[in-house]
Amino acid sequence: MSRFYRTLLHLYPSGYRAEYGDELCRVFAERAALRSGPLAGIANAFAAIADVLPNALAVHAEILRQDVRFAVRALRRTPGFAITVVLVAALGVGANTAVFSLADFVLVRPLPFSRPAELVKLWQYTPAYSRNECSPANMRDWGTLSSSFSGMAATTIRPGNLVGMGEPREVQMARATPELFGVLGVQPVLGRTFSAAAVDELSIVLSDALWRSQFGADPAVIGRVVRLNGEPHTVLGVMPPSFRYPHAAIEAWAPLALKPENFEDRDDTYLEVVARLRPGVSIARARADMGRVSAQLERQYPQTNKDLRASVVAIREEVGRGSKLLVLALCGAALCILVLACANLASLFLARGLYRGQELAVRAALGAGRDRLVRQLVTESLGLAIVGGVVGVGAAAAGLPLLSRLVPDGLPLAGRATLDLRVLGFATLLVLVTGLAFGLGPALAASSASPRDALGSGGRSTRARTHRIRAALIVVEVAASVVLLVASGLLIRTLLRLQSLDPGFASAQVLAVRTPLPVNLYGVTRRRVQFYDRVLEQVRALPGVMSAAYVTGLPMSMRGGIWSATVAGEPPADFGENAVGMRFATSQYFSTLGIPLRSGRDLAGTDTRQAPFVAVVSESFVHRHWPNQDPLGRTFRLADTNWTVVGVVGDVRVRGLEQTSEPQVYLPPAQVADSSVIGYTPKELVVRTADGLDPLSLVPAIRRIVHAVDPEQPLAKVRRMDFIVENETAPRATQLRLLGALALLALLIAGLGIHGLLTFTVSMRERELGIRRALGAEAGGIVRLVMREGVILAAAGIAAGVVFGYVAARGMGALLVGVRPEDPLTLGAAALLCFATAAIGSLLPALRATRVDPMTALRSE
Amino acid sequence: MTTDREHPETLLPLPPATFHILLALADEERHGYAILQDVEARTGGELRMSAGTLYRSIARMVEQGLISEVARRRAIADDERRRYYRLTPFGTAVARAEMRRLSTLVRLARARGLKPGPEPA
Repeated sequence: MSRFYRTLLHLYPSGYRAEYGDELCRVFAERAALRSGPLAGIANAFAAIADVLPNALAVHAEILRQDVRFAVRALRRTPGFAITVVLVAALGVGANTAVFSLADFVLVRPLPFSRPAELVKLWQYTPAYSRNECSPANMRDWGTLSSSFSGMAATTIRPGNLVGMGEPREVQMARATPELFGVLGVQPVLGRTFSAAAVDELSIVLSDALWRSQFGADPAVIGRVVRLNGEPHTVLGVMPPSFRYPHAAIEAWAPLALKPENFEDRDDTYLEVVARLRPGVSIARARADMGRVSAQLERQYPQTNKDLRASVVAIREEVGRGSKLLVLALCGAALCILVLACANLASLFLARGLYRGQELAVRAALGAGRDRLVRQLVTESLGLAIVGGVVGVGAAAAGLPLLSRLVPDGLPLAGRATLDLRVLGFATLLVLVTGLAFGLGPALAASSASPRDALGSGGRSTRARTHRIRAALIVVEVAASVVLLVASGLLIRTLLRLQSLDPGFASAQVLAVRTPLPVNLYGVTRRRVQFYDRVLEQVRALPGVMSAAYVTGLPMSMRGGIWSATVAGEPPADFGENAVGMRFATSQYFSTLGIPLRSGRDLAGTDTRQAPFVAVVSESFVHRHWPNQDPLGRTFRLADTNWTVVGVVGDVRVRGLEQTSEPQVYLPPAQVADSSVIGYTPKELVVRTADGLDPLSLVPAIRRIVHAVDPEQPLAKVRRMDFIVENETAPRATQLRLLGALALLALLIAGLGIHGLLTFTVSMRERELGIRRALGAEAGGIVRLVMREGVILAAAGIAAGVVFGYVAARGMGALLVGVRPEDPLTLGAAALLCFATAAIGSLLPALRATRVDPMTALRSE
Repeated sequence: MTTDREHPETLLPLPPATFHILLALADEERHGYAILQDVEARTGGELRMSAGTLYRSIARMVEQGLISEVARRRAIADDERRRYYRLTPFGTAVARAEMRRLSTLVRLARARGLKPGPEPA
């Protein structure tokens, strides 16, 4: 029993145990001897636990109280030190907390669906396009021929007009097959979702956001009838706030009822398919299964399904490679900052340990054990780390909204990461790691100095060792800041390059608004064209308007819309080689967007179904099919129609600045058959205004015009074209600002580190410097002597940093556009900037060294 | 732990265990187990301290300067290895101050006509 008790005593602090352990055992044994009977052993064991546990805790708490009190007193005497430590720790913890919450949100956290690991997206995969939507017929066959899935559902995005509730408003809506909610495994919070048995197309399920904004969170909303696209829809249910599918902006869901005719054209691809794997089926097995199914369909439908496969992607992996890399790059940067902060703090604490060497030696001489001293020092560093951590987490919470731009919009997630328990747990871990990393080592070093060394004039060996460690830490700091500088430098170069790219159109002075034109009301081409004519006629008459047009989708906003266009007589080619971006545009579109007309004419109102079918194509289309020939008057086939080229315009970067775009083909809106290619209905009104007139100032007048033509048409997505172009580089700019700020902070910390170390060197070498001065050394020589150390450390750090920076740059190669990872300009600039900082950091201590008075220096020893 | 040795009142009121340990050491030096026995006997078994509680009190009281370890072992010691404690002058002063505080309280209560009443069974 007494052995058990003695083992339990290890819960006490070791100093306390050494002092009272024997006595405790003796008293406990005497007490225990008094108990007798069959259960005495068990009773004694319980007594032992009941005795040791609370008392050991109390002793620890008492020591902690003492240490904290002691630390507060000690730090009050050196507030500069305390503030520096707190700020550096806050930087390390804050940067990592913010970036971790983003990474966790974007890459790790389970999506808000039931058993999300079983959910996969299915895309049509061809050699040219790896991620294409699916046609209804292919989806149906995938579902019936495959054996891997317990359910499959499809959505397609169809914005709707909500009218009769104040201003007409466009609602971001998804049409969904009735199986969707079951496949995702999410229940509504109110009412019900679509029933698969009886699909009522005139029903709607609301998102939490729409329910709150438009219906005042009315619990009696179920059964209410709302006018959507001019037709009465019954509200069936309301989804929970976390439910966002297929992406964050969707506000409501209506049933997608596929009719027999929808299954006829396998080339008409518009369904986004999600499926749930059967329990126990791996993604690899599902891929193999779908490979078999695709091969079977290819044999059955060689015309449409040639080379067509199904790509099976875990829903979590839907994040684009660029977005993922961007987040990972930030994680790397944040880790760099953490290493740097820890190195800096360790260095600070080492220096402080030397200053306090005497005090610690006195306490050791008075009988405080080494572990007691270490414990006290670690309490101090952990305490500072905790204060820094609280500051850092606060800053991270405040900074998270800034990071929301980095959340990719393709995910079924809220647009903003939040701090939650996971993230706070991570932050706590960071604080502990930081506090121990920079506290424990220096504490061990400081407490290991023998009292005689520290009390006597000796201690040189300890100091020399400490100095070497601090020098090594400086090299780490410099290297980390070079890595960050290289990374942000390369991103700056990329951003500048992208911003200098010509998008192919002039975005200044252009306003873009959307009129939703629902297909049930505007399916007939003549009705649509009448609407365009009446709106455009009045808008063009507004003062300050230079030109106006309607078009299918805006560049950089609608990126797809890809069809295959063939020229008679050319050998058959793959879909990718014939791919063009198809758009319908009214007259004046090219002049409104400043797309140069190279030859021929603009599309015109006279290009109707009674007139010859004509097209305007972009230059790259001409280069592809008729190099060095006159394209005007030539014909090609697209969407089952032959078109004659009447004009050639410049290419537009439809897919954005970072991707190559297919050649563009523009067709007259009046030459479309009724209810045909309805996804391409021109809904975007673009208006060019005179210089100096804010395009947004026209919005009220345009709203009045549209309202007069059709009172149920809202103005949706009112934007300036230059905002759209700016948006292209906005995530990069945000990322760059973040990375740049981190890099500058790193540089500052490293510079301060060098300054601190050299200041310390000078004060330690006062005697030597004094003798040198006394022997007639020149001030210049002294400056060189001191600065040499700083320069050598900086050079070592820069050399290591450039190597690591290059490795990091290789890793983020996919983020760089037109800039090589080994870009000499960036590497050189980063090295030079770091070197300059180191030089400035060294200069002040060096100047101080020249002012050492020989007499005082010699006397002080 | 810092205490103002000039002013015993700063430690008042004393925790019961502390007061009893002071009482146990009032007449003679004792080792830990003897202190426990004395306290138990004096309180009729009402105050039973465990070994851990006892030494936590002792450690604190040593630090506060109320008691001190007897450096020189007593010639008549029953067990040579035991550690003996005795009251310091400051400890005596603190015990007296606590006594004063308690008797003042009792006097005040009596002045209000309060009587102790019979002991509960």
